[in-house]
Amino acid sequence: MSNNNGYKLVQGNEACVEGALAAGMRFYAGYPITPSTEIAEISAQKLPQIGGKFIQMEDELASMAAIIGGSLAGLKSMTATSGPGFSLMQENIGYAALAEIPCVIVNVQRGGPSTGMPTSPAQGDIMQAKWGTHGDHPSISLTPNSVQETYEYTIKAFNIAEKYRTPVVLLMDETVGHMREKLKIKDSSEIEVINRKKPTCEPKDYVAYRPDEDMVPQMASFGEGYRYHVTGLTHDETGFPTNNNDVSGKLVQRIVDKVEKNIDDITYYEEYRMEDAEIVIVAFGGVSRAAKSAIDDMREKNIKVGMFRPITIWPFLEKQINDVAQKAKEIYVAEMNLGQYFLEVDRVAGKKCPVKKINKINGELITPNEITYAVTGGAIND
Amino acid sequence: MFQKMELRLSGSGGQGVILAAIILADAAIEQGINAIQTQSYGPEARGGSSKAEVIISKDEIKFPKVTNCDILLCLTQNSYDKYIASLNKNGILVVDESVNVNMNESYKIYKLPILDTAQNKIGTHMVANIVSVGTLYALIGEDVISKDVMIRSITNRVPPVTVDKNIYAFEEGIKLIRG
Amino acid sequence: MTNTNCNEMTQKYYRVDRMPHIWCPGCGHGTLMNTVVRAIDKVGLNKDDVVVVSGIGCSSRAPGYMDFNTLHTTHGRALAFATGIKMANPKLHVIVIMGDGDSSAIGGNHLIHAARRNIDITTIVFNNNIYGMTGGQFSPTTPYGDFATTAPFGNIDKAFDLCSLAQGAGATYVGRGTAYHAPLMQKLIEKGLENKGFSFIEGLSLCPTYYGRKNKKGNAFKMHSYFKDNCVDIKVVEKNPEKGENKILIGEFYNSPKTEYTEGYQVIIDKFQK
Repeated sequence: MSNNNGYKLVQGNEACVEGALAAGMRFYAGYPITPSTEIAEISAQKLPQIGGKFIQMEDELASMAAIIGGSLAGLKSMTATSGPGFSLMQENIGYAALAEIPCVIVNVQRGGPSTGMPTSPAQGDIMQAKWGTHGDHPSISLTPNSVQETYEYTIKAFNIAEKYRTPVVLLMDETVGHMREKLKIKDSSEIEVINRKKPTCEPKDYVAYRPDEDMVPQMASFGEGYRYHVTGLTHDETGFPTNNNDVSGKLVQRIVDKVEKNIDDITYYEEYRMEDAEIVIVAFGGVSRAAKSAIDDMREKNIKVGMFRPITIWPFLEKQINDVAQKAKEIYVAEMNLGQYFLEVDRVAGKKCPVKKINKINGELITPNEITYAVTGGAIND
Repeated sequence: MFQKMELRLSGSGGQGVILAAIILADAAIEQGINAIQTQSYGPEARGGSSKAEVIISKDEIKFPKVTNCDILLCLTQNSYDKYIASLNKNGILVVDESVNVNMNESYKIYKLPILDTAQNKIGTHMVANIVSVGTLYALIGEDVISKDVMIRSITNRVPPVTVDKNIYAFEEGIKLIRG
Repeated sequence: MTNTNCNEMTQKYYRVDRMPHIWCPGCGHGTLMNTVVRAIDKVGLNKDDVVVVSGIGCSSRAPGYMDFNTLHTTHGRALAFATGIKMANPKLHVIVIMGDGDSSAIGGNHLIHAARRNIDITTIVFNNNIYGMTGGQFSPTTPYGDFATTAPFGNIDKAFDLCSLAQGAGATYVGRGTAYHAPLMQKLIEKGLENKGFSFIEGLSLCPTYYGRKNKKGNAFKMHSYFKDNCVDIKVVEKNPEKGENKILIGEFYNSPKTEYTEGYQVIIDKFQK
């Protein structure tokens, strides 16, 4: 007799594919790189079995280009990589942002810079996820901290990409990507799936980049009779290039605004033992699990500590961090880098309370003891 | 009463300690308790050192890595040397008989012919990891995970043509502890 | 040639509201673009099913003027975008227009891999031996010894033979025409479109503004004349090898269909789809 209640032991990377398929992914293009490779392998296995397509491209530049092409031809598309590959994808991520092509990019972060530590966790790509491609552009990154969340937030990443016609980054880390824990796969009736808006007008009346009220234009797939032009040059509502300064400025403003002004719709976070917390740890991804353990330990010693965990890493949850800073006496930002997210938290919270860093970059997950030690100055460490 | 147990399985790459850990975690989930499995590994597909971890717990598992090792398995001298310091004072050490061990320690020591059982009794060194699973299971206890669930987990996770051999290995592993 | 007359062709296949184009007087790209359109017309493709993809450079502005599904991508990556499109919807006829630098410098890796896969994409390179858009730098097809703004003392790089490169990488249809030999160019593109696989057609173009001026090649008329006087069809050379000496070979170089990539993938789907 099984008592599993519908739970299965699943690896984080596998949960990512399960989420993607549930969200409607039907095209995957990628290039092998540790620690994300299982996402490609499982996609290669599963996609043809449901009539979807998988292709292993010659590099990550091509992978990113191919998923933009796949999306334009009408299939929900994804790629997965890690730091070095994420660097190579940046130019075309900017293309997807400007040309407004929905797609999902998974980055299972490993130690960097350069080839770094391929099999070890890190969170060194936080700022790259925001600013990796040149020019001003919208950035959306979601950061799961468990296998179940990897599944759930991969689905959300697709939904957000489709709704706002923009690339969405699922920012995992090796800890979450490679660990196995329980996952409950949902029934399709329980899953909300959002699809891009399609034009309903006659092809002759279609103005490819004219936004609706929600600032998002309707998107026809190539081959549906709406012959239009897509370019990475700044363009007017017709989609054709323009050097008109007014039109160009408004275009970039619109693609940023359509995300920033809808931030409440894509805001996901968790608060842990925050009710009376005087000390707040800001942590995300694998590190947030260490923070939870540390908080439990410290609470046993009557230290009023809690955690604010942004799941939406970008756009930055300014409103929520501001609220946290109003009540907190002290904020610690714990991350597996030298203080990238700290810069944003400090920008918003720094004038209200002291903001301090807890960092680790040696390829190991920050431990609960290290967080406790940093917060208490070693006072309660055994 | 069982609440939580943290296990660390170590050996050299290719010995299958990661699969052993997956099988234990899988069985725990099937049993309806929480489990989490992680690993660390180097660039070698064979050789090098390999470490896998399993935490099984009645409660939600927050930190996914072993911080308080209750049971440590070492199949090689290298892995023993590397990880012995992480074992709890009151923990349990399971080592292959080929490993030189400091016996004057507070933790309980099982020095067992794991590799020899696999090679000479079952007939292939490939099943040393499942012999190990048997020893660890015997220590975890039937009150935590039922034997049926364990056997199902092994069956689901090993190559189909090797199921019988692996179940045999599992049973022999249990015998190494229980005699 | 049974193409519809010129004006009808223009109205049917061009976005006339996007004219005038940005190319310089005398540039060969307009002629080459026209051979693409005439080939599409001749083969009889439905405009809604045609996707024209380009990279970055002078050549890559062509799709903007052409009334199909058109995609102007990033520098060098046109074939990778096109691969995604073709995989996602194999019913689409995917045509890629690239320049020499676009296809063989920054995009060289994508070229050889698209050819290796034999994915059904008809690739046309407008080769003018120079980076025109950025003002006359040498490209991988600039002849040895020629001058460019970044080769002020003469180019010491050796040039690629693009057709040999594509054929060696696995293209199943390969040919070369020129902006002067427009009917040949059109014919090669037609056959490329009909080949179910990766087709590679090099169109020798001319850049009087940069390459021509830097290398004292004379005006556009003289540059066209150069093609007229110095190109020999491979069929002629096959019969009389001496006629090919010191000449540029044009014509159909290779035509050997093999299993196409998306068809190969469909076999997997048909076998394993549940």
